[in-house]
Amino acid sequence: MSAASALSKSASKTVPAPSTPAAGSSTLTPGQHGIKEHSDGRFGYVPVQTRSDRFKSVNVADFDAVTGREAVWKHSPVAKFTDLTAGTLDGSRYLIESTPSADISVDWVPRSDARIGTAGLPEERAAANAWGVFDDALAITVSGEEAKEITVTRSALGNTARGAHTIIEAKPFSQATVILANTGDARLSENVEIILGESANLTVVSLQEWDDSAVHLANHFASIGRDARLKHVVVSLGGSIVRVNPSVRLAGPGSDTLLLGLYFADAGQHLEQQVYVFHDAPKSRSRVNYKGALQGQDARTVWIGDVLIGNKAAGTDSYEQNRNLVLSEGTRADSIPNLEIETGNIVGAGHASATGRFDDEQLFYLQSRGITEEEARRLVVRGFLTEVVQQIGSPELEARLQLAIEAELIGTDDK
Amino acid sequence: MSVLEIKDLHVSVETDQGTKQILRGVNLTINEGEIHAIMGPNGSGKSTLAYTIAGHPKYHVESGSILLDGAEVLKMTVDARARAGLFLAMQYPVEIPGVTVTNFLRTAKTAIEGEAPPIRTWIKDVREAMTGLKMDKAFAERNVNEGFSGGEKKRNEILQLELLKPKFAVLDETDSGLDVDALKIVSEGVNRAKANTGLGLLLITHYTRILRYIHPDFVHVFVNGRIAEQGGPELADRLEDEGYDRFLVPSNVG
Repeated sequence: MSAASALSKSASKTVPAPSTPAAGSSTLTPGQHGIKEHSDGRFGYVPVQTRSDRFKSVNVADFDAVTGREAVWKHSPVAKFTDLTAGTLDGSRYLIESTPSADISVDWVPRSDARIGTAGLPEERAAANAWGVFDDALAITVSGEEAKEITVTRSALGNTARGAHTIIEAKPFSQATVILANTGDARLSENVEIILGESANLTVVSLQEWDDSAVHLANHFASIGRDARLKHVVVSLGGSIVRVNPSVRLAGPGSDTLLLGLYFADAGQHLEQQVYVFHDAPKSRSRVNYKGALQGQDARTVWIGDVLIGNKAAGTDSYEQNRNLVLSEGTRADSIPNLEIETGNIVGAGHASATGRFDDEQLFYLQSRGITEEEARRLVVRGFLTEVVQQIGSPELEARLQLAIEAELIGTDDK
Repeated sequence: MSVLEIKDLHVSVETDQGTKQILRGVNLTINEGEIHAIMGPNGSGKSTLAYTIAGHPKYHVESGSILLDGAEVLKMTVDARARAGLFLAMQYPVEIPGVTVTNFLRTAKTAIEGEAPPIRTWIKDVREAMTGLKMDKAFAERNVNEGFSGGEKKRNEILQLELLKPKFAVLDETDSGLDVDALKIVSEGVNRAKANTGLGLLLITHYTRILRYIHPDFVHVFVNGRIAEQGGPELADRLEDEGYDRFLVPSNVG
């Protein structure tokens, strides 16, 4: 990408343009150690540092072709989805099923809808590609102060490369749980905008139980108003490549978010999540907890957790953590927490990351009570992942996820 | 009547410095209903004996055998040993995050009995055992050993002993780290288990303190990987007075 692009937010102030090699260096001795330009030709270039200053554009042409060396792509198998980053996507409407719920409307709205683009803008090519093509956006609008739940299911996307756009809006003081359930096959790049009005209380669950062949690249952009609370849950169990990147801006004073993630990568599966929390208002609070298990040859997971506490965000409290449980040889879990703080006046900010293999002492303890090795493994993995499941707050979904985890565990026992 | 026989047991462990011999020919026979105390200084191999009986993979049996009613325990997996009637109360019980005490106890009981216990009697049994050990009801919903104090962990071990009803139990330094009140509660639990099921006990301890509450029939002094002396309860009294020093003096005299 070019730092000089028009949409780059204040890039000209913070990012010096790449200097031309050798120009202006006449006073230096060429070849002197440490002064000679690097062979990568980027001498003098300072990369974008502040997370909020990343280049944004809704125009796919503003992004260079994806090479896999970009910060946002370097952990992803980009060669396997060039259709989504470089191809022409189908942006037509698709079939959805939703459970009827009073005070929650589900409609297709035109691109001219005023809400589009208010929660966030694409920071990479696949997202911009999707943004450019959608005919209509799916809008899920929540009103009414009583607690309610809706499930919107996509199960018939097929293997056409698609771009999609979804808006989830919670009106001021409204309350709901919105479950986006994904099954079947897909080659999908999508943007999901989540907009919370003042004091709204919204839970959004993105549930990926795709078929083994599916590729799903998603960017969720959330904007949380004053005293509003968003619980955002990413559950990735099925699919070949699943990349769900939630980006949450705590925009109003007293806004609060809990970001949960649960993933179980089997052999050959790539499950990725790049989480970004931007504290952009005073007294805002965030908690991030992602837990994953990996089992099987080339099971791969990526978690990147960026937290930015902006200079307006005095009195904030944040904590993020990622835990990975490695159940077999041949897996790889990347876990990269980043914390950036622009104000010292905060209540707390912390992060933690741990990736560990199965604990033999736990296994021994359980087995010494008569429990077989298989059952003991199941207990430990279930226990590990349950912590996240229990926080979702939807009993029906929790029960369903326990069964899904159970199925994953039985599936892995067969291998 | 059940019997646990340990015959000429030699056990080593791999360390960074190479293979280290720990048990050097242990012989011990425990009958059902008997309480044997194994006492000895630190590093004498007491815990190794406990973990070898339970089947911890860290310990390599070089020779010898452990027979439970004639069946070779050393050939059994860890869980099969438990199902055969052996139990180890651990010195440092492990935390199992996300697994509640209730779920754990029920899973273990089901594994040992081969079928799930009848729900009503089981709940009653658990409640009674917990009351006996002065454990709060909320305990049952906590994750196994997670955030437990030292005393709570030991009580949780004895709770399992009472509910799983083994034929033989090894208590590995169950007294360590307990204040006198907790020690009494735990000892009462052990005595109750013995009164109810008539199990055989192998009580491993460094101190004689617990023997005031659990009275051994036999006392074995463990030094340098084998039993150096054995006797009745009076041997414990003598150790209380004299300590282990006389066993530790290199005896190159006649």
